[in-house]
Amino acid sequence: MSKTYYDPADLRKFGKITEWSEELGTKFFDYYGKVFEEGALSAREKSLIALAVAHTEQCPYCIDAYTKDTLQRGITKEEMMEAVHVGAAIKSGATLVHGVMMMNKVNKLEM
Amino acid sequence: MSEAKTKQSLHKRNDQLANANRQLEILNNGIFANGELPKFADKIAEIGHFPLRPNTLEILQINVGYMCNQVCEHCHVDAGPDRKEIMTKETMQQCLEVIKKTGAHTLDLTGGAPEMNPNFRWFVEEASKAGIKDFIVRSNLTIIRANKKHYDLPDFFKKHNVHVVSSMPHWTRGKTDKQRGDGVFDKSIKALQELNERGYGMPDSDLRLDLVYNPSGAFLPGDQASMEKDFKKALLEDFNIQFHHLFAITNLPISRFLDYLIASENYEDYMYALVEAYNPSAVANVMCTNTISISWDGWLYDCDFNQMLDLKVASKVKHISEYNEELLQNRNIIISQHCYGCTAGAGSSCQGTVA
Repeated sequence: MSKTYYDPADLRKFGKITEWSEELGTKFFDYYGKVFEEGALSAREKSLIALAVAHTEQCPYCIDAYTKDTLQRGITKEEMMEAVHVGAAIKSGATLVHGVMMMNKVNKLEM
Repeated sequence: MSEAKTKQSLHKRNDQLANANRQLEILNNGIFANGELPKFADKIAEIGHFPLRPNTLEILQINVGYMCNQVCEHCHVDAGPDRKEIMTKETMQQCLEVIKKTGAHTLDLTGGAPEMNPNFRWFVEEASKAGIKDFIVRSNLTIIRANKKHYDLPDFFKKHNVHVVSSMPHWTRGKTDKQRGDGVFDKSIKALQELNERGYGMPDSDLRLDLVYNPSGAFLPGDQASMEKDFKKALLEDFNIQFHHLFAITNLPISRFLDYLIASENYEDYMYALVEAYNPSAVANVMCTNTISISWDGWLYDCDFNQMLDLKVASKVKHISEYNEELLQNRNIIISQHCYGCTAGAGSSCQGTVA
């Protein structure tokens, strides 16, 4: 076991997930590959969505992978940062909107 | 990064990476010697392509000198204003004799900035008489605006029906200037507009203008067709510029790009990325299988990259003065780990993807 929970080199080993459960692993990677193909959304748009979600999930591997993926597609830094802000806005909005629950509870409890 | 004019080539700095043997040492040791990654020879042996052999010769690529007005970060030639290696008229004459007899349908002049060779125009005029089907000049665009004596290059290219292939790392100023030097983007845009004015790159024009995209960093190029679409849209909308095709070329881990990879601690990750992206179907059509590369001093190589690594062809015929196409076609192509750059993803060559 390494001294840190996350090791950048582990990203390269992602494919080895199939070694301990080939059927499920293969099904996952087939699905994953299909998801990112050109469809109603372009592969470019999907890459930016993935980058935003990578940040909201705070997954270092995903941030590493999709920063590289967006660069490869010629996506600019400005576009990348806007995508991250979309994720941040939803994430913070999701926090803040729960304030309504708090307000409801306060209103119910207070005279 | 600093301005282009303040930068020097690895050769001028006497950097250890100016030495081809040092580069090969790096490529053959480390992660490839300890078995972490498979060597290129083993990889292509798996599909029966070792030793790699030539297909029909299609392209003669002539490097007329390493002098350039730019000092790009990624340059595999280590070109720059301080490089003095320039093809002589005598060697050009030997090349012309070969051009007249070759079975190749494409002549591809490269550099450095080929236009900086004092005999460039004479050579183009003479070579264009040979009736070769596709006559390419790899122009870095800024040379057209670098000096008054080059201002008429678009007309010169048009007169000789030269197919212009130009580097353009991105449609944004920031990314372009970071890779190629401050001010390169604006000059390139101006040069492209001038080429368009002559008819170059226009939809139904026979005056062909293609762009070359190299990633500006330690990552691989994206899908060539998608990139072309994005480039065309942005250059048309922002600058009213048109061109025919975009070639997406992978940066090979040699010379200045290797220096950058090592200095930025990206070397191992980049080699992993190249090996992971290895595409067996690209092997049969890699550039070295249909090309002969000729250096400024007349030596023969399997490709421009092998030229920079000083890996001369494995043939009895090694120099333009003794050129014999039949003998040359009977050689084994010299490979090393840098070759993974040409088999990654959709493959990469001076003409773009190959798979």
